[in-house]
Amino acid sequence: MEPRFTPVADHAVLVSFANEINEDAHAIVVSLDRAIAAHPPVGFIETVPALVNLLVSFDVMETDHARIENHVRALLAGLEIQKVMGIQRQVQVCYEPPFAPDLAAVASATGLSEEVVVNAHLAGQYDVLMYGFSPGYAYLSGVSEQIQVPRKPAPVRDVPEGSVIIAGPQCLVTTLTMPTGWSIIGRSPTPILTGDPEHPFLFDVGDSVVFERIDRDTFDRLQKDAGHV
Amino acid sequence: MSDAEFTVSFAGPLVTFQDSGRLGNMRYGVSASGPMDRLSFDAAHAALGNLAGQTAIEISLGGLILQCRVGAVTVAITGGDFVIDHAGHKSGSWTILTIEKGERLTIRAGKAGSWAYLAFAGNLHARDWLGSQATHSPSGFGGGALQTGQTLKVLQTSVRADRLGEVPKPDFAPDGPFRVVTGPQDRHFAKEALNRFVTDQFKVTDAYDRMGMRLDGPMLNLEDALSIPSEPITRGSVQVSGDGVPTVLLADHQTTGGYPKIATVISCDTCRLTQLRSGQSVRFAPVTAQKAVDVARQYATNKARYLAQIAVPRGTLEQRLMSENLIHGWIGD
Repeated sequence: MEPRFTPVADHAVLVSFANEINEDAHAIVVSLDRAIAAHPPVGFIETVPALVNLLVSFDVMETDHARIENHVRALLAGLEIQKVMGIQRQVQVCYEPPFAPDLAAVASATGLSEEVVVNAHLAGQYDVLMYGFSPGYAYLSGVSEQIQVPRKPAPVRDVPEGSVIIAGPQCLVTTLTMPTGWSIIGRSPTPILTGDPEHPFLFDVGDSVVFERIDRDTFDRLQKDAGHV
Repeated sequence: MSDAEFTVSFAGPLVTFQDSGRLGNMRYGVSASGPMDRLSFDAAHAALGNLAGQTAIEISLGGLILQCRVGAVTVAITGGDFVIDHAGHKSGSWTILTIEKGERLTIRAGKAGSWAYLAFAGNLHARDWLGSQATHSPSGFGGGALQTGQTLKVLQTSVRADRLGEVPKPDFAPDGPFRVVTGPQDRHFAKEALNRFVTDQFKVTDAYDRMGMRLDGPMLNLEDALSIPSEPITRGSVQVSGDGVPTVLLADHQTTGGYPKIATVISCDTCRLTQLRSGQSVRFAPVTAQKAVDVARQYATNKARYLAQIAVPRGTLEQRLMSENLIHGWIGD
C-alpha cells in the first residue's frame, strides 16, 4: 500500500495507508509502529497508532517533516508486511445482573437468546486496534457478526468503569465512569490501568484479547483483590 | 528551607495542578495535559528561578483563594489579566510576592485572559500519575482539581526578596491571525469551507474547557459527510463535527477521533489562543509546514532568551533603588 504523508502543524507527520477501515492497512500501521520504536528517528517524541494511520510526533528543534518522512520511508522499504503477533491478553467478564443492562436488548435486536449472545461474545477473536477517547480506552475489533448492534441514539450517563460495551464490530472495556452510547453486556474486574509503572496499560496496539466468563462470586472476589472495593 | 501550608478557602471549577505534561502516552489514550498557556507557565517558574516544568497551579476564570497557615513562600503569578489581592494589597498578574502565615491571597478573573498560573519558590506537593503531576481533567488523573477546604503543602520553600515585584511580560508573542497548517483531513471539505475557514471570522463560544474550544462562525461543510476511520488528534487539531462546527482541541484532548480535522494550529500559537474568552473573535491564517517549522524555531529561540532574562534576580528593593539612583543621579540635582 502506498503511504500518504501529511504534515500536522509544526510537530508531527500523519502516515496513512487507506481511507477506510481495512485490516491490511492496520497490519502495516502496527508493523511500522514497532519498527519506529526499534529504530526511532532523530528528534522522535512518540507515535499514535490508529485504524489506518500512524501519527509520528517530533521535536521541531531537532528535525522536521521531511526528515521524519525520509526515515519512515526507509523503514517501510525494509518492513516485512505480515501480521504482528502481539501478546494474547485475558480479560474476565461477568455477564450477570446488574452488570449487563443491555444484554436483553442485544438479544432481542439480534433474535438470539441472552446465553447465545454471551457465547458469541466469548467466541470472538479480538484484536487491539487503537486507544482513544480517554486513558486506557482500547478499541477491540472482532465482535461476531451475529451480535453486532448499532450505537444507541443517545448516550447513557455514568456507566461504571469496567463495563464491557459493544457497538458494531467493536468492543471496549471502560476504565472510567463515563457516558456511552454502546450496549453494556457485562462487567470486568480485570484492570486495564494496571497501576504497574513499568507496564501501566494492559494492552499494546496489536495484542489479541480473549474474554473469560466468570460468575458473580468470582467477580466480587477478584474486584476485592484488585483493591477496587 | 522549610515548608509552607495553605488552606484552599475557595477554588473555582477547573483550578488544577499542572506540570509541563505527560509526554509519550498518547498511544494509550492519554493526552499530554500540562498548562493551557505554556509560555505563561514557563515564565512563572523562570521568574522565580525554579526548574522548568515543575508543578504549579493553573487557575481558571473561577478563581482561587488561599490562606497561608504555616510558613512563608515567594510566589509568581502570570497568565491572563487577573486581579490579585494579597493581604489587602491589590495588583495585577505578572507579579512576584511573598505570602506569609496568616495572609490571604485572592486571584480572580480580571479584564482579559482565561488562565493564570501560580508558581511557588518550593516544591508544590501533588499526586503523581505516570510520572507526572499534570491533571488530565476529564479523568481527574494526576494532581487533580483543587477543592475548597483542602490543604496545600509546599516543601522546601524559599523567600526571595531579590525577586519581588513586576515580571516583564513576553514582548515577542505574535498577534494577528492564528497560524494553521491545513489538514490532515482537508480533503473531506468542500473548497468553499476551506476558503471560509481562513477568510471568515469565528467567535469563541461558552463550550470551552481544557479539552477544547468550540467556535461559532460559518458552517464548514464536509464534502463527504461519511464518518472517517478514527484518526490521531493533537493539541491544536481543528476538528469539524457533522453539523459543520469547528472545535480546536487543547491540552486534555482525546487522542483519536472520527471527525475530520480541517487544520492544526501551530504549537506556539495555541498559548495565546487559550487566553481568549467566550465572545472574542478568532481568525486563522494558513502557513506551509516548512514555514510552521521556521516560525516554531524562531519562537523557541525568542522564548529561551526571554526566560533567561526574567530568570535573573532583579535584586532587593533597596538594591534596585540604589541602582536607579546611580543611573538617574537625582541625588545630585
